[in-house]
Amino acid sequence: MHALEKILAEKAGKSSVTTGEIVNCTVDKAGINDLYLQTVRSFYEINATRVALPERVIMFMDHYAPASTSIQADNQKQFREFCRKQHTGWLMDVNEGVCHQVMADKGLSLPGELVVITDSHTTTHGAFGAFGTGVGATDMATILATGKLWLRVPDIIRITVEGNLPKGVYAKDVVLHIIGSLGADYGVYMGIEFAGPVVEGFSISERMALCNMSTEMGAKTAYIQPDAVTLAFLEGHASSGYAIMTTDSDFKYAEELRFDVSELTPRLAVPSSVDTVAPLQEYLNRPVDQAYLGSCTGGRLEDLAVAASILKGRRIAPHTRFLVVPSSKKVLLDAANTGILQTLVEAGATFVTPSCAACLGTHQGLLAAGETCISATNRNFPGRMGSTEADIFLASPASVAAAALEGKIVDPRAYL
Amino acid sequence: MLEQIIRGKVFPFGKNIDTDQIYPGRFVELTDTADVARHAMEGADPEFARLFSHGDIIVAASNFGCGSSREHAAITLKSVGAGAVIADSFGRIFYRNAVNIGLPVLVCKGLRDRVNKGDIISVRMDTGRVLNAGGETLGLLEPVSDYLLNILRAGGIKPLLRKQLASEKFA
Repeated sequence: MHALEKILAEKAGKSSVTTGEIVNCTVDKAGINDLYLQTVRSFYEINATRVALPERVIMFMDHYAPASTSIQADNQKQFREFCRKQHTGWLMDVNEGVCHQVMADKGLSLPGELVVITDSHTTTHGAFGAFGTGVGATDMATILATGKLWLRVPDIIRITVEGNLPKGVYAKDVVLHIIGSLGADYGVYMGIEFAGPVVEGFSISERMALCNMSTEMGAKTAYIQPDAVTLAFLEGHASSGYAIMTTDSDFKYAEELRFDVSELTPRLAVPSSVDTVAPLQEYLNRPVDQAYLGSCTGGRLEDLAVAASILKGRRIAPHTRFLVVPSSKKVLLDAANTGILQTLVEAGATFVTPSCAACLGTHQGLLAAGETCISATNRNFPGRMGSTEADIFLASPASVAAAALEGKIVDPRAYL
Repeated sequence: MLEQIIRGKVFPFGKNIDTDQIYPGRFVELTDTADVARHAMEGADPEFARLFSHGDIIVAASNFGCGSSREHAAITLKSVGAGAVIADSFGRIFYRNAVNIGLPVLVCKGLRDRVNKGDIISVRMDTGRVLNAGGETLGLLEPVSDYLLNILRAGGIKPLLRKQLASEKFA
């Protein structure tokens, strides 16, 4: 069996599972996001009265942090009341940040666990050797009521990334390149394992970006086998004990793909789909109105640090906005304590409170018709960050910072 | 409930229709179904909610509903009365959400290329055939697993859970 299958088998109380089988699994961490009040509605619509395993439930006030309309405020108010009444394990309020980063910061994302959150980017937790998957509100209500969720055991493919990744090219470029090569529907319903020397050389931050973006290929979950990097991160950090699963040597992947990234250059996902990927050099000098650094994909300390290294002692271009949204309170504090925050603010950055902010087009930095944004986020769908007539280019944090500096798309490698 | 014959007018869409097009993010704060219904497919076709009639059928190419986990995307299509959504494939969270609320989501590969806007088609759940107005077969549905069929037949997972929770209470 694959490590992912072993996780499902254990959570279903079975000795083994097979591809395509439907199993009913006990969930280790159940996360709810503040934009899905339907979760609470569905909970009561099924006549549930008590949360089955409240200590496993984490409420995240991240998408509307802080509320920008009275409707959002009311949704959050109802969630807080629900948490109080049901004695849920954690309430991560509007001061904490984006769910996936908060999970990592607090050591809540652990190897061998089944992590289910009402957010499609829950694949991120594969970076820790967990089975992370996103669900909708009624699935979450089912978990709240019963502690369990049915899951189909997915086909599992392995993507091996090899070669020597050139300087100025990052995990985000690698994953955009992979998505561009395979297509947005390539991995629908599948588990995707990332392996190989390049992945082993990635930090936790880059591994999170890689697993996070696998959703944009349709993946059900992503996985990186925990190694010394994972253990070093979890040391003194993990919120509880954990058990690392390993894949049996005779496991047969549904497909094995290899990508050599030795010649890879910075990439862009161009408007308006994540799988329309091109070399950044094809879009040099395209003016940008807004550069956006943030989200569960590109708002970690390393992302802010590379931006600071590009912008130190410089000023962003006039008529260009540079929005920086740390993905969590910890990222914000670390940025403050290391001088990164000061560097970026002095360079002209607009800081937004740790949250999902404009990534999903609800508030805090939306785009007008006719505007262009280069963004370290995960989606460039029409209307994703505001007007349907705005253009969004997805890129690495370095490419975003370099574009902020020049007010147009430029090769970030010249600034590193 | 899952009808044995689903008959309606076709509203065709392309591939990778994401949840932001089905239900734009700025409306996610709305929770009442009447409000949610008003914005159906607004990101892809602002006229959709006005033109779509109860029982009409969405036919799309691959990866319909990719993107966000927002159940609003399924709720809005259910609320405008979609008889079914038929596609080459679906984004997995949208697919689960749709099944959970009893919106028939059906896979029929290649159907999108064989229909035009406004065509009347019939979906026969017993034979798995999709027919045009003249009774000719346009395509075959991929079989739905018994587990999911059971949920769709019940009109979604909520009635099943209500039953399960009630029986646990009195067990």
